[in-house]
Amino acid sequence: MATLERPRAAPIYSGTRIPTPVPTLLQVPDALRDSEDVLQVNFGPNHPSTHGVLRLVADLNGEQVVGLEAIVGYLHTGFEKTMEQKTWWKAITYPERIDYLSFQYNELVFVLAIERLLGLEVPEKATWTRMLLCELNRIHSHLVWLGTAALELGAISMFWYSFREREQILDLFELLTGARMHTRYFQAGGISEDLPRGFLPEVRRFVDWMPKAVDDYEGMLTRNQIWLERTRGIGLLSAADAIALGQSGPVLRASGVDWDLRKRAPYLAYDEVYFDVPVYPNGDVYDRYLVHMDEMRQSTRIVAQCVDRLAGMEGQPWIADDRKVVLPPREELHTSMESLIHHFKIVTEGYRVPEGEIYVAVESARGELGCYVVSDGGPKPWRVKFRAPSFVALEATATCMRDALIADFIAIVGSLDTVMGEVDR
Amino acid sequence: METREEHGETTVVVDTPRLAEACLHLRDELGFAFLSDLAATDYLGWGEPGVAGYIGTAGGRDLNTPGTGGHARLPVAKPKRFSINLQLLALRHGAPRVRVQVWVDDGERVPSVVGVWPTADWHEREAWDMMGIPFDGHPNLKRILMDDDWEGHPLRKDYPIGGEPVRFSGEE
Repeated sequence: MATLERPRAAPIYSGTRIPTPVPTLLQVPDALRDSEDVLQVNFGPNHPSTHGVLRLVADLNGEQVVGLEAIVGYLHTGFEKTMEQKTWWKAITYPERIDYLSFQYNELVFVLAIERLLGLEVPEKATWTRMLLCELNRIHSHLVWLGTAALELGAISMFWYSFREREQILDLFELLTGARMHTRYFQAGGISEDLPRGFLPEVRRFVDWMPKAVDDYEGMLTRNQIWLERTRGIGLLSAADAIALGQSGPVLRASGVDWDLRKRAPYLAYDEVYFDVPVYPNGDVYDRYLVHMDEMRQSTRIVAQCVDRLAGMEGQPWIADDRKVVLPPREELHTSMESLIHHFKIVTEGYRVPEGEIYVAVESARGELGCYVVSDGGPKPWRVKFRAPSFVALEATATCMRDALIADFIAIVGSLDTVMGEVDR
Repeated sequence: METREEHGETTVVVDTPRLAEACLHLRDELGFAFLSDLAATDYLGWGEPGVAGYIGTAGGRDLNTPGTGGHARLPVAKPKRFSINLQLLALRHGAPRVRVQVWVDDGERVPSVVGVWPTADWHEREAWDMMGIPFDGHPNLKRILMDDDWEGHPLRKDYPIGGEPVRFSGEE
C-alpha cells in the first residue's frame, strides 16, 4: 500500500501510462496510422453495457485497442442551470437525480453546503439518520454495480442475487420516506420527518442478513476461474496515475492509495464509528471488485452502529429549531399565526442563504462527490457546480485501456463504476 | 496574490498570468497533488435586478428589493465577470484543501493547468463548453457536454432560459 504522506512510485508499472499530449485520449501511433490494419469501431452511445449513454470510439489493430476517445454529454439535462432558477428549498430535489444510484449522497452534499453557509447546527439524531441512509445507499449502489458489471461479463445469476438485497434496501427507504429512490428526506437543518416506529428493527434484520448475502456473492465470483481470467491484470491504473487523473473512491483505493474522506476528513459522525477502509494494490478490475465487496461489509458495520445509536434517541429532535429556515411543525399551523407566516414565506419565497461561496465534499459510493455553491444572499443559489466522481472516472478510460483487448472493453468500463446521469449532469 | 479565509476555507486569488506558476508551487512545494474540481462562475448581473435568482411577476415587478436579497446591503462587488475556481486537495492527514481563484472578463484567456494536473482536461473543456472560458495551451479544447456545433454557452447568466430553437439533425 502506498503511504499517504509521500505517494510511493507506482507499484503496478513504472513511469506513467497517461497518454500525451491529451491525457484522456489515446491516439493511434504514427507508425500505425496509415496502415490499413487499423479499424475504427464505434461503441455506444446506446449499448446495454455503457450504464447509460456513453460513446467510445476505439481504433483497433486486430484485437488490440490502439486509439480511444470517450464522448459524453448524451444525458446532459442542465441540472446546474435549473437549480439556479429554484429556491434553495426546492433545489434540494435536483441533486438526487444527478447520480440516481447514490442519490442520498448528492442530497447530503448539497444540504451540507447550505448548512455551512447558514451556519446551522444539526441535531444528533439527524446526523446519525443521515449516516445510516448514506451507508444503506452505498450498499445499494454497489449492489447495482455488482449485478450489472457481472452481468456484462456473463455472470447472469449474480444479477438476481444482488437485486434481491437491493430490493430489501429500497423497501427500507420506502418504509422510512415513502419513496424507493430520490427520497428528498434531508432538509437543511436535519431530516424532514421522524423515524417511523418499526423502522430500526427492520434495518437490524437487514444488517443481520447482509453479511451472509455478501458471502454468497463472493462464493460465486471471488474464486471463479472465469471471473479471475476476465478481471485480473485488466485495466491497470497505477497509484501515481490515479492521483494525477483525479480518481477517487473504489478506483483510487484499488490502486493502492489509502484515501477515504470518511476517515481523513470526517464529516457527519464518521469519527465516532468503527470501520476499515479496504485498499488493494494491483489497480486492476479484480481489485476494484474486491474493494466494492469489502465496502459493502464495512457499510453494513456502520449501519449496525447507527441503528444502535438511534435506538437510544427516541423522542429527540430530528431537525434544527430555526423558524427562518425550517418548516414549522404541521400542527402549529392551525393555532399559530406566526408559524403560518413562516410556513408561507419558506414555501413561496424560500429562505435566504448568506452571501458566500463554499466547496463541500463527501465520500459517495463512487468517490469524492463535491459541491461548489455560490450565494448572493438571495433565496436562490447563484451557482451550483457538482464535482462528479463518475465524470472524473471516465477520464481514466484511455489510461486503463492502453494495450487492452477489445474483449476487455466492457470489463474496464464497468469497473470504473460510472453513472452517466452524473457524468453529464 | 491575495489570500482569504471564509467558512473555514482558504481561497487564494491569483493573477491570471501567474496561474501556472502558482499551481506548480502548490503541487510540488505544498503537496496539493489532487485537483478535485474546476468550477467557473458567471457573475453577470451580480447584485442587480432582473437576473435569474430573483422573483419577478408577469408585470415585471420585483417582489424583493433588487439585489439585496432581503439583507441590509448589496453583495460585495466582484472584480471581473467570471471566476475560475480550482479546488485542490492534499492527500495527507486532515485532508487540507485550498481554492485557487482567478478572475477574467469575457473572452480573456486563462492558462491551462492540464500540464500540472492531467485531470483538468475534462474540467476545462466543461468550463469552455458551459461558460465560454478559453484556456490557453489546452491540447484538446472542444465542447464536451453540448453538441460540437452548439451555439452559446448555457451556464452563462445571459443565456436565454426557455424558447431556444429546436434543431433537427440534417438541418442546414
